[in-house]
Amino acid sequence: MKSPEKISPPPLLSRIPFKFEVLPLLIALPMLATGCQEGPEEVVNVYSHRHYDADQLLFDRFSELTGIEVRVVTASADELITRLEREGDVSPADVLITVDAGRLHRAKELELLRPVRSPVLSEAIPDHLRDPEGYWFGLTQRARVLAYARDHVTPMELSTYEDLASPQWKGRVLVRSSENIYNLSLLASMIAVNGSNHAEGWAEGIVANLARPPQGNDTDQIMDVAAGVGDVALVNTYYVGRLLNDQDAAARDLASRVGVFFPNQDDRGTHVNVSGAGVTAHAPNPDNAVRLIEFLVGTEAQRVFAETIFEYPVRVDVPWATTLREWGEFRADTLNLRRLGELNTEAVMIFDRAGWR
Amino acid sequence: MAVGTATDSVADRIRAILGSSGPRAISLTPWTASTLAVVALLLFPLMSIFVGVFGPPSETWQHLASTVLLDYVWHSLLLVVGIGSLTLVIGISTAWFVTTCEFPGRRLFEWGLILPLSIPTYIMAYTYAALFGHTGPIQTVLQVTLDPATTAGLRTGLMSLPGAGVILALALYPYVYLITRTSFMRQSGSILETSKILGKSSWHTFWRVALPMARPALIAGVTLVLMEVLNEYGAVRYFGVTTFTTGIFRAWFSLGDPAAAIRLSGCLLLFVFFLILLERVQRGRARFDGGTARHRPIVRFDLRGWWRWAAAIACGLPVVFGFILPVAQLLMWGIQVAPEAVNRQFLLLTLNSFVLALVAAIITVAAGLLIVYSVRLSPTTTLKLAARASSLGYSIPGAVIAVGILIPFIWVDRRLLAIFREASGASVGLILTGTVAALLFAYVVRFLAVALNPLDSGFERTCGNLDETSRSLGVPPLKTLLKVDVPLLRGTLLSAGLLVFVDILKELPLALILRPFNFNTLATRAFQLAMDEQVARSALPALLIIVTGMIPVILLSRLIGQHSEYGSDAHPSRMAEIHTTTTAQG
Repeated sequence: MKSPEKISPPPLLSRIPFKFEVLPLLIALPMLATGCQEGPEEVVNVYSHRHYDADQLLFDRFSELTGIEVRVVTASADELITRLEREGDVSPADVLITVDAGRLHRAKELELLRPVRSPVLSEAIPDHLRDPEGYWFGLTQRARVLAYARDHVTPMELSTYEDLASPQWKGRVLVRSSENIYNLSLLASMIAVNGSNHAEGWAEGIVANLARPPQGNDTDQIMDVAAGVGDVALVNTYYVGRLLNDQDAAARDLASRVGVFFPNQDDRGTHVNVSGAGVTAHAPNPDNAVRLIEFLVGTEAQRVFAETIFEYPVRVDVPWATTLREWGEFRADTLNLRRLGELNTEAVMIFDRAGWR
Repeated sequence: MAVGTATDSVADRIRAILGSSGPRAISLTPWTASTLAVVALLLFPLMSIFVGVFGPPSETWQHLASTVLLDYVWHSLLLVVGIGSLTLVIGISTAWFVTTCEFPGRRLFEWGLILPLSIPTYIMAYTYAALFGHTGPIQTVLQVTLDPATTAGLRTGLMSLPGAGVILALALYPYVYLITRTSFMRQSGSILETSKILGKSSWHTFWRVALPMARPALIAGVTLVLMEVLNEYGAVRYFGVTTFTTGIFRAWFSLGDPAAAIRLSGCLLLFVFFLILLERVQRGRARFDGGTARHRPIVRFDLRGWWRWAAAIACGLPVVFGFILPVAQLLMWGIQVAPEAVNRQFLLLTLNSFVLALVAAIITVAAGLLIVYSVRLSPTTTLKLAARASSLGYSIPGAVIAVGILIPFIWVDRRLLAIFREASGASVGLILTGTVAALLFAYVVRFLAVALNPLDSGFERTCGNLDETSRSLGVPPLKTLLKVDVPLLRGTLLSAGLLVFVDILKELPLALILRPFNFNTLATRAFQLAMDEQVARSALPALLIIVTGMIPVILLSRLIGQHSEYGSDAHPSRMAEIHTTTTAQG
């Protein structure tokens, strides 16, 4: 064997020059730099669970109006709360936006939010849709309703959430899995009103009545009702609204076979949750954060929420989208949404015991 | 980035040490030390999570144990066994046909069979759910003759544990196919011919000669598949199947009890340890044949009659269901939404994803190289254990790693912040967690295992004792690595890097939690649109992930394919090169 110092690289090496491997590093450097927070320009940093395009358009509009740049990270509220917790007082986030009041309450309990005093916010948002101490504010409302098959069910047969657990609905109920926050909050509201034992009995009743094991998302439940897999499903209103206004004619056609029923109109009202926002405890730009939230409950933003996402505005002076108007007014449960957060863990455990996977 | 700088400074130190003590002094300490340092760094986030495991069981844990834990175990086990068997059957049969037989479309299938690897499993799940949806093409066609109520059951049936199993198997079998095919190709044609000359049937040769010889490769491939399965979150959650991973998310995020989540991770880890052990035991028995000189390429056997078509169909089905069908559906959606969705922001997403994956892949392979080479230099138990431990990240759900990384990184950030404040008075923000640095580090933690496996076997086969010879002749280890091993291992390095690259491109939970402000990747965009129940709009980013992922897949296949082109060329330098490229996987 020749002296090892003289071992020459095989031809393949010369074919792929080393330079190419350095190139990406050079590209990466400016990328790293853009990730850093530079200069003192006006910004507001948002952790958001909402990832609708309309939200981004609203943020752009806010920047246009105020000159404040909106920087966003979107992930699930639970993950964002964990991130806030870990970051502590060095957290760069100014605003936390979730799709459920229970999560905002949890953030408040973990001392991740700060109280805000804003006449604009307290005037625009009804009392039960915001934290009494100003830790968080509802941006939009979403009602959890019964979507029923028009050709199998008459609205006369429907009455309450509780009734869905009765034997007449055996093999006819559709629902998504219990990790979903909308189901958790609905159950939490039932624990608050009826007590744990009753709520657990209800969950067991629903499991016994299921047309198939829980699967898919809310849209899937609605489509399954339309296709005859089951007769009635628990879903949020805006998914029905979106399907009724879908680009795909076949989807619109299916959705039109589904009716929307607001349960519990004769007692506490239909379960309503909010998508909401709070200013973080260690926000570096708290003033900008408040301005952003004020903008989001302003008439312009509220109209965008109502018309593009089919959510119910929190402002009473903003008109509803046509689809929402067609479903009519309804009595909403006025349970303070803080309770949803307090009873969340119990709701998870009840679902586990009831076998609602 | 932390790893990159660590390796750099270590390399500097090594150079310094080697320089001072002369080229003849072969000091093992710096390699061992730097490897242990890197491994410790990588394990730190995992450690920071696992501190709480040994406490008394919490109320949450008792609740889980008495209600759903058994379901998690059972479902995970069913998925592991089901998907493991399915991927083995698909992967081995297609690899065998493509490598040893001649039939219509063989050359196309050679690389076509790898393509499903470019589709993230959650996109596969969403796309299949839509394909079987009530307004989807499959039901629409069937409804011509069948009652809509009958066809509606199809979708319900698909979105179940068996459905999830089949879809995941379709997405993951290429791991087995790739590795097994390379192994079959490496087997000398003369051995298989000898078996046939001795009167054994092709069937017998396959079962008794080729398959046992490929066993380490099979195990390596199926281990990768099973780790992916145990880690799976998006698809099983959407289908409503509860597994260990969904349980971890439930315990941590829904019940707010990290300790219970960690205990679940612990159970999951035991499972993974068992898998790794299995692979080690298997590999210990059946070592790779290191003989290079006697290698003769396999002469492909011309299939006759209906066997030709049977082989074509066997190879065609996984490609159709694992790639063509879902991609066709995505393309249809993509064309629908393209006019409004393709814009500058979209190009930026693509660039972000591509550069991020590239940089992370290079760092990961560099770290892998350091670890594998150090173990070669001094194969002590400590180092071997460290190497094994460093691949643990692959088996832990991304979200758990992400949270684990935040703890030490924010600690460092705090210190850095204080230092900068004192020095300049200016606030610089979070240097690690506020930039892609944390994300890059997380990718290395998560995907090191993907690079380690091929590097390990690549070294074992390709370099033989060449580097040992080089060192014994007085060339220092670093020089040997750079002048002997790295050139020989180019193919292996490239393919290890490509595998990591594709994985990172598809990766989701880490990117979701750790990315800096206003930084999106194709995966986060596709997932969010799908989660937002706007599946059609997720098609474009999904397609781009797939197309970007296809580039390395095709490159990889061409690299492996060069083997057959050079097959008759007996020039020694060519042979070495061929061997480099054929060890791409393994």
